[in-house]
Amino acid sequence: MTSPSHSPRLSRSAYLRIALASLAAGLFKAFNANKTSWIGLAVFVIVALLALLAPVIAPYDPLDQNILNRLKAPSAAHWLGTDYYGRDTLSRILWGARISLTIGLMAIGSAMVIGTLIGMIAGYFGGRTDLLIMQVMDVLLAFPSLILGLIVVAMLGPSVANLVIAIALTAIPPFSRIARAPTIAVKNREFIEAGHALGYSHPRLMFGHILPNIAPEVLVMGSLWLATAIRVEASLAFIGLGVNPPTATWGGMIREGFENILDSFWLALFPSLAILIVVFSLNLLGDGLRDAVDPRLKGEQ
Amino acid sequence: MTAFILKRLGFAAITLFAVLTIVFFIVRVLPGDPALAILGDQASQAALEALRVRLGLDVPLYQQYVEFLGGVLVGDWGISMVSGRPVIEEIIKVLPATLELTIASLILGVVVGIPIGVWSAVRRNKLPDYLARIGSLLGLSFPAFVSAVLLLLFFSIQLRWFPVISSGQGGSLADRLRDLALPAINLGLIMAAYITRVTRSAMLEVLNQDYVRTAHAKGLAFAIIVWRHCLRNALIPVVTVVGLYLGILIGNSVLTEIVFNRPGLGKLIVGALNQRDYTMLQGMMVIYTLIVVMVNLVTDLTYGLIDPRIKYS
Amino acid sequence: MTHPILSVDNLTTSFRVDGDWVPVVRDVSFTVDRGETVAIVGESGSGKSVTALSIMRLVQQSHGRIEGAITLDGVDLLGLDEAAMRDVRGGDIGMIFQEPMTSLNPVLKIGFQVGEVLRRHRGMGAAEADREVLRLFDLVRIPDARRRIDEYPHSFSGGMRQRAMIAMALACQPKLLIADEPTTALDVTIQAQILELIRELQKDIGMAVMFITHDMGVVAEISDRVVVMLRGDKVEEAPVRELFAAPKHNYTRMLLGAVPKLGGLGDTQTPRRFPTLDSNGTGPEPDNEADHRGKTILEVRNLTTRFAVRGGLLNRPVGNVHAVENVSLSLAAGETLALVGESGCGKSTTGRSILRLIEPVAGEIRFEGQDLMAASHAELRQARRRMQMIFQDPYGSLNPRKAVGAAIAEPMHVHGLMDSARIGERVTELLRLVGLDEEHALRFPHEFSGGQRQRICIARSLALNPSLIVADESVSALDASIKAQVVNLMLDLQRELDLAYLFISHDIAVVERVSHRIAVMLLGEIVETGPRDKILCAPQHPYTRKLIDAVPIPNPETRRERGGLITDELMSPVRALDWTHPATRMHAVSEDHFVREF
Repeated sequence: MTSPSHSPRLSRSAYLRIALASLAAGLFKAFNANKTSWIGLAVFVIVALLALLAPVIAPYDPLDQNILNRLKAPSAAHWLGTDYYGRDTLSRILWGARISLTIGLMAIGSAMVIGTLIGMIAGYFGGRTDLLIMQVMDVLLAFPSLILGLIVVAMLGPSVANLVIAIALTAIPPFSRIARAPTIAVKNREFIEAGHALGYSHPRLMFGHILPNIAPEVLVMGSLWLATAIRVEASLAFIGLGVNPPTATWGGMIREGFENILDSFWLALFPSLAILIVVFSLNLLGDGLRDAVDPRLKGEQ
Repeated sequence: MTAFILKRLGFAAITLFAVLTIVFFIVRVLPGDPALAILGDQASQAALEALRVRLGLDVPLYQQYVEFLGGVLVGDWGISMVSGRPVIEEIIKVLPATLELTIASLILGVVVGIPIGVWSAVRRNKLPDYLARIGSLLGLSFPAFVSAVLLLLFFSIQLRWFPVISSGQGGSLADRLRDLALPAINLGLIMAAYITRVTRSAMLEVLNQDYVRTAHAKGLAFAIIVWRHCLRNALIPVVTVVGLYLGILIGNSVLTEIVFNRPGLGKLIVGALNQRDYTMLQGMMVIYTLIVVMVNLVTDLTYGLIDPRIKYS
Repeated sequence: MTHPILSVDNLTTSFRVDGDWVPVVRDVSFTVDRGETVAIVGESGSGKSVTALSIMRLVQQSHGRIEGAITLDGVDLLGLDEAAMRDVRGGDIGMIFQEPMTSLNPVLKIGFQVGEVLRRHRGMGAAEADREVLRLFDLVRIPDARRRIDEYPHSFSGGMRQRAMIAMALACQPKLLIADEPTTALDVTIQAQILELIRELQKDIGMAVMFITHDMGVVAEISDRVVVMLRGDKVEEAPVRELFAAPKHNYTRMLLGAVPKLGGLGDTQTPRRFPTLDSNGTGPEPDNEADHRGKTILEVRNLTTRFAVRGGLLNRPVGNVHAVENVSLSLAAGETLALVGESGCGKSTTGRSILRLIEPVAGEIRFEGQDLMAASHAELRQARRRMQMIFQDPYGSLNPRKAVGAAIAEPMHVHGLMDSARIGERVTELLRLVGLDEEHALRFPHEFSGGQRQRICIARSLALNPSLIVADESVSALDASIKAQVVNLMLDLQRELDLAYLFISHDIAVVERVSHRIAVMLLGEIVETGPRDKILCAPQHPYTRKLIDAVPIPNPETRRERGGLITDELMSPVRALDWTHPATRMHAVSEDHFVREF
């Protein structure tokens, strides 16, 4: 073998490396475009860490009942008080975060993959394929997602897996819409036509050329929909369709707290705040980034 | 014009048909035997069989499907397994309360959301914009039941301005308004948060258009440019999105009705779920579908009114 | 002693970028006299549009700052409060913009939008304004005015919209009309009509006109005096004849070198490079290329491409766009055939149909001996290695997320032409071939200028060693100076690599330089085809004549009197389903010059 006479800098791995570097730089820039996204990210990371470390840092077992310590107001021993069965509210909130985040991440992760694929196929091939797929998606989209989730969970039974399925089902149609619009915009740009002229295959154009261009938009919407998923999971639990008690879920805690709202309002208040903090931080994160990736708002100023 | 309406009507009919089919199969095909679910696993084989016959589950699937579709068309939505009364009757009894609530909150959302969205866009990156953005972001971070609980805690339990339980029907107009106020504020403010955001981004896009520069070059006052030239263009995406948000509004109305213990479709569906009233559930899905399809139709027609580029052909 | 209508003194306009004030217009002074037309010429980034917006004081909205003095008929515009300035806008100064398609509000009726100016500035009531709008529509020659005032912008063509914009700008008989590239987005025949209209109206009303353009041909047609701008500075100002006869600044000379000569290349039949820039501005006019055309590689016979127009209740086809109708052409190695015509004439569709990027409905395409219409998917993929395309938009034709080197290497990887090491070398070779460096391979498209991107696109299309390149308006989006460089590059490559170009363009200046032969398209058909000199100097078909006639000539001495104020519209190629194309024949003017019967 003769050694290559050219500089090895122009290799595929070099291109990959700088592509990733440019992606990271772009992300950093997007975060800096709107400083509030950093706040959202920081809060969310803290919540995620707390959830991850719940077994270590929770002061009590979330399921430990203590009849002598029922409905206690916040105190040094129980920072956020205790519930009707004498369980520690703080520990239950920490453990509840695990359920919320697990269900949210798994549901949105799968909905994002499936929905994006559907949206890309519809947008890329266009014509009748697009018409058919989007007609179906629109019908699903039109149906109130909470009701759809409610029915699916009621039918399948309340378990983590079923909640993931129910929430993912309601999030697939919006993701297909989210992915389709930029797919069409990118598809109509000339570099895709150039790709056809250069003999590139459909999968190469879809995954090698279109996907990297639409990914930022889809990922940003992912953070907003993660917020929605956590809200829906809590809502289902509040209605009584959450992961079965006595497992700690935020929605379930509010449901139980609501029954004692006249004398022990903190039971409903603290998990409400927990939901609010997580959902708000995700919205803050996604909203700040969206301005940066939204092509329509670019080029101002 | 007629062709346009016919086309939209045709599409609405197809949607209705498709969703009804999905509803039918969700209820039938998902795992779980309704009869078993109702009577529990202690029930005898004979009792189960009898119930299946009563529910019409003994005939082949396609026959059930045809009977179901036919029934929907003529208003025969089955008999509630719990109360024994016709499903459609039970629904019609509580429907006005839910409609009253959703329409009131939609109006509130539009009246609050659109001006704030316009104001926020016009004052982009100024204090009003920041306040509107944070406020609306907070608004859509609230699960409807959390905000409902907080409103209830503060205004009804602490301040005692409003009743803890709203009746939803009967009583004088003042009573009804008092009943309606908190739930409608709860739903309306969340709706306003969504509408503020979409109005803002639509306005920002419109404000960058060439025709806005033309309007400036004509010497028009800024207020006229914003309200006459921009808002109507910005409303085009807003109308679409409001149509899409109806799903969220309906979901939120369920939660709101539960917290305020207000009669309506929400309480009906949760009751049906808890009592495994399958015919009732099916009926609920039919009514929700009807509402959604009708709203989409209205959205499409409104769209045509605002945007002269929509061809009525 | 008459004072000028407009005087601009030491105008500096800056924008706030990341906290700093960056000047976009620096210390520019000029005047416009009563009844005079002053052209402001420059390329993109010259600050010519910002100068106009500064006079209107419309830059504050986007965080701009104006310094200096602007005086309109004795009134200091910069000293006015906002309310008084609003009286000036649309009242004393009317303005028309470049983009007629987006400059009118889509949800308001045209008549209302024009009438709005009258109600605002002349205090007219609705009925009175309507009558005046009708009069204005007649003035700007909008036919069928009574019906059209109630229509929305989307049912107006580009030319008609620009007429409506002019009516709006003239509604209050302004002292000054500012026209910011008003004809750039229009087809050349429509451009000729609009220029004629502005000239006529100026004569009638006696207003002053400030005309902003990048096109020296338009300058020669319309202006009395010229201000040349370059990157925010005024570099030259002179009466129009003086400027064209003896340009002083290098930049002006370069701009003048880039304009069409129309027959200036004589009866030669080979391309000629643009003069290159040297220390004196432009270099000497280069010689024509030697004729080194080889054997025919592309033969197209009776190519037809149609698109269905769908509509009605069931979305059935209700008509057809006859985009390409019965087109025959041939192209030899080392030869350039220019396909010219106005928007919608089917020239782009023809190019794409030949590559089968769009499927033709009928016809025969033979490329290097292979029947492309009969080619299978795999065969077509192989054939595409030998026929490539370069596009118009240098910003859209490169994937923004792919490094330039990766974009050039990708086709070689896909077709498995060589091993990775060799591909790396080849990328370097290709970059050097188009005048770039190996360094550039590891950068992203957004780090390059429009001209450099177009070079990158050329490098990518050469990666597979094609023999035919379809260049679709490939230099149309570039500034004149860059355009000349890219055209020269293409001519060099043609000589070195024996490339055949199908050069699709509406720009006669470029076509004249680049082509051996020209085919003129109208409504999907080729109406005339022949050697360059014969088409440009002795056109036979009435449409070709009209097209050539409409091209602005950069010679103020021969400013042409056109045939009055015409309001032709481009015809539509949309036909009913059962429409059959009338069989017309081409007849030979000479052995290589053919004209469709008319």
